[in-house]
Amino acid sequence: MANVALRKVVKKYDRTEAVRGIDLDIADKEFIVLVGPSGCGKSTTLRMIAGLEEVTDGEILIGGNLVNDVPPKDRDIAMVFQNYALYPHMTVYENMSFGLRLKKFPKPEIKSRVEHAARILGITELLERRPRQLSGGQRQRVAMGRAIVRNPKVFLFDEPLSNLDAKLRVQMRTEIKKVHQTVKTTTVYVTHDQIEAMTLADRVVVMNAGTIEQLGTPHDLYHTPRTKFVAGFIGSPAMNFLNCQLAEAAGGGLSTRLGNGLTFKVPADRTQRYKSHVGRDLLFGLRPEHITERRGDLRPDFQEFDATLDVVEPMGMETMVYFMVDGIEVCGRVNPSAAGKPGQPMRLVAELSHMHLIDPQTDAVI
Amino acid sequence: MTAAAIGADAPRRVASGSIRRSRRWALITSYFFLILFAIFFLVPPYYQLATATKTSEQISNQDTNPWLPALSAGSAGLNPGGANAGKANLAKIKKDSWLPAAVQGLMANVSQLMNETDFPIYFRNTAIVTVCVVIITMVIAVPAAFSLGRMKFWGSGILATGVFLTYLVPDSLLFIPLFKVVGGLGLLDSYWGLVLVYPTLTVPFCTWIMIGYFQSIPKELDEAALIDGANHIQMLFRIFIPVALPGLIAATIFAFTVSWAAFVYPMAFIYSSDQLVLTAGTITSLVKADVYQWGMIMTAALIAAAPPLVIYAFLMDYYIAGLTAGATKG
Repeated sequence: MANVALRKVVKKYDRTEAVRGIDLDIADKEFIVLVGPSGCGKSTTLRMIAGLEEVTDGEILIGGNLVNDVPPKDRDIAMVFQNYALYPHMTVYENMSFGLRLKKFPKPEIKSRVEHAARILGITELLERRPRQLSGGQRQRVAMGRAIVRNPKVFLFDEPLSNLDAKLRVQMRTEIKKVHQTVKTTTVYVTHDQIEAMTLADRVVVMNAGTIEQLGTPHDLYHTPRTKFVAGFIGSPAMNFLNCQLAEAAGGGLSTRLGNGLTFKVPADRTQRYKSHVGRDLLFGLRPEHITERRGDLRPDFQEFDATLDVVEPMGMETMVYFMVDGIEVCGRVNPSAAGKPGQPMRLVAELSHMHLIDPQTDAVI
Repeated sequence: MTAAAIGADAPRRVASGSIRRSRRWALITSYFFLILFAIFFLVPPYYQLATATKTSEQISNQDTNPWLPALSAGSAGLNPGGANAGKANLAKIKKDSWLPAAVQGLMANVSQLMNETDFPIYFRNTAIVTVCVVIITMVIAVPAAFSLGRMKFWGSGILATGVFLTYLVPDSLLFIPLFKVVGGLGLLDSYWGLVLVYPTLTVPFCTWIMIGYFQSIPKELDEAALIDGANHIQMLFRIFIPVALPGLIAATIFAFTVSWAAFVYPMAFIYSSDQLVLTAGTITSLVKADVYQWGMIMTAALIAAAPPLVIYAFLMDYYIAGLTAGATKG
């Protein structure tokens, strides 16, 4: 049990800077997810915490101790790898107990720890098997078991679910969350999958090009992204972005002029916030889930408009509709029964209380 | 609609037929060449076996077919190397005349080889040299390959290539300078000199094979071991050697074959018959000037070829079977 702190951590490879000065405080027992596109430095950051990569500059503290020059085995951490990294010539039991055996734990202690971990993960009956006799999901459980038996200060997960098929991934995601609720160890989890990040994390760190774009709870990131990158990265399908011009509306307040003669009135409570940007060319952002069919009475910050549908994608519980605005494809999520047909017009509602305006020069959300 | 469906089906059937046909042709071609090569490689050992059943008289007899084994029991009296003991043995074997003539002939040759020549000493010397060389090779090559293949350090790539380049220098060139070295160490005319020089052939190649094996092991495995608290020695012995065992066995077999069959070095460095090994010993003791005792030479070659054959045929299969057991999901 320990907190982890990163202070201005930098990692340079020859010429390229993979991580550019990261500050991060991870509380004890917290589940932190580092998420970002490939090459954003999230895995490098994790590997620096593990001690598998040297820190070029800055400090890493685990439990208040500076660990920059401490070898991995003395950091009291456990790591789960994307390809499981199980020892192929050992049984599951031997795999899980390897670390304890190296540390010369007494045999009964090893046995009870392995059996306890196996019970948590439901792999008791697999202990005598070898890794190649296991399915992907079982292997991942063993890899987690190997981490749990060590009873470390920090768990590190490096894209642990990426090698599993979609259905198993969802199952194991729940499993990991359950394990964390049971053993309550500080966890740093790296993934490129924003859904994994949202579902697992207490707090999510969105990384891009070696820096932290935003750090916050999943709810914060979804509803109040601070940059265009975060707005576009979190949420699936991604947020729609359209060029717009902010102007004074005829009857007071503000309005955004989009292409195709489409004009949306800015909700009254945002007027103050956007006022200083009147007359500028901005980026208008609205998530697909906030472009729907009309459901009951129109609230004042909802606005109806017509669109000619290009593509209609039924997903079962909902249907994605795509239409063009000013040459850019826009996605909406509607009730399957309300969805129109491709090539035909459909009346849609924009829930403008969820709109975002982005400054195209700084990419910051206003 | 139905017609269209049938029409759409037809070309698909043709396509699958052509796949089957091209597969059949591939098989026929493979079998043709495999059988051709099998014949090509098996003819010399067969000829060896056929000759080993004959006395020198039978071998030099122009009237019999040299490709067939001995059809009638030979007369021992005309065997030029045949001393009295050999005749006695032959006479004893002849009493068991229910055995086919070929087997009788082979047994006579074996018996003569074992009792009247230094062949058993050569065999023992070769075994000692080979076991020592295999051990020395593994002790040097495994850690070398591990450090060159897994631990990135300055110059490791150049060193690895350098190791391979050493292997490319042929022993027919090296034996001259090595003669000076072995002589300087006072190991000329001793099989311990061979124990010293054979690793110059085996170590580079075995290191090279195992660098490849070690590199094929995913790097997460040593990272996991590192986090589990293993140092490099523990990583090597508890993770890498067991995981790379097939490669290790391949390298061991290579080292075994090289030192079992080496010819140039023993020819150059050894001259006393109590120090000779199989390859050179057979030639020097069974070829006297222009007299070739072909029957015994071939018998000696057969016996000498037995240990590598056993190792290739059984050990390899046994290990591979052990390693791949349970590889498929049950």
